[in-house]
Amino acid sequence: IQARFLSDQTRQAIDKAVSSAPVVLFMKGTPETPQCGFSRASIQVLGMQGVDPAKFAAFNVLEDNELRQGIKEYSDWPTIPQLYIDKEFVGGCDIIVSMHQSGELAKLLEEKKVLA
Amino acid sequence: MAQSITEDSVRAALTDRLKASHVEVQDMSGGCGQAFTSLIVSPEFVGKNSLQRHRLVNAALKDEIAQIHAWSAKCQTPEEYEKEKAATGGNDGPPLDGTAGGEVTGVRQ
Repeated sequence: IQARFLSDQTRQAIDKAVSSAPVVLFMKGTPETPQCGFSRASIQVLGMQGVDPAKFAAFNVLEDNELRQGIKEYSDWPTIPQLYIDKEFVGGCDIIVSMHQSGELAKLLEEKKVLA
Repeated sequence: MAQSITEDSVRAALTDRLKASHVEVQDMSGGCGQAFTSLIVSPEFVGKNSLQRHRLVNAALKDEIAQIHAWSAKCQTPEEYEKEKAATGGNDGPPLDGTAGGEVTGVRQ
């Protein structure tokens, strides 16, 4: 089995992406036009929570195959979408939705002062 | 190429690798075996938060998840499972967020 390692260049690019805004979503498609139901569900949750657009950045992994593969290794998480808040990995769609339902996400977003 | 992935093979893997006491697996790909959602009840989840539970599942199904298009899981301890069952008269079963009527839409990998 051949092990794959994240190149320094890709890691630096992802570091930069993760720190580009307080709330960062790696997704398939764009917030306006999500290309997958799981990315759409995640965007809808962030919208319902009232995340400040000025504090939010989304990256379309379909436009960049290196990012698409790299982010999985970076997070040690096998699927897209992936949510980061304050550079910290929060989870994928299931976690976002369950935190939304339990009220945990509202609490976290408020603590991080990222609501509009 | 490994053996094709089915509801049964995923259920067997989770039961075996996570000592799950109850597993529900649903194919949400419309039959092509490329997308699955699950409800997993295991004592291994006790004392772990949601992210840690999902990481356990991802590790247990590393090879399977790498081969398919979409994967969802709801991870509960036996106690949480019984509590939800008692409270609602049933359990919601696997999560269907992100699907359209239980089927995955969107891009194919």
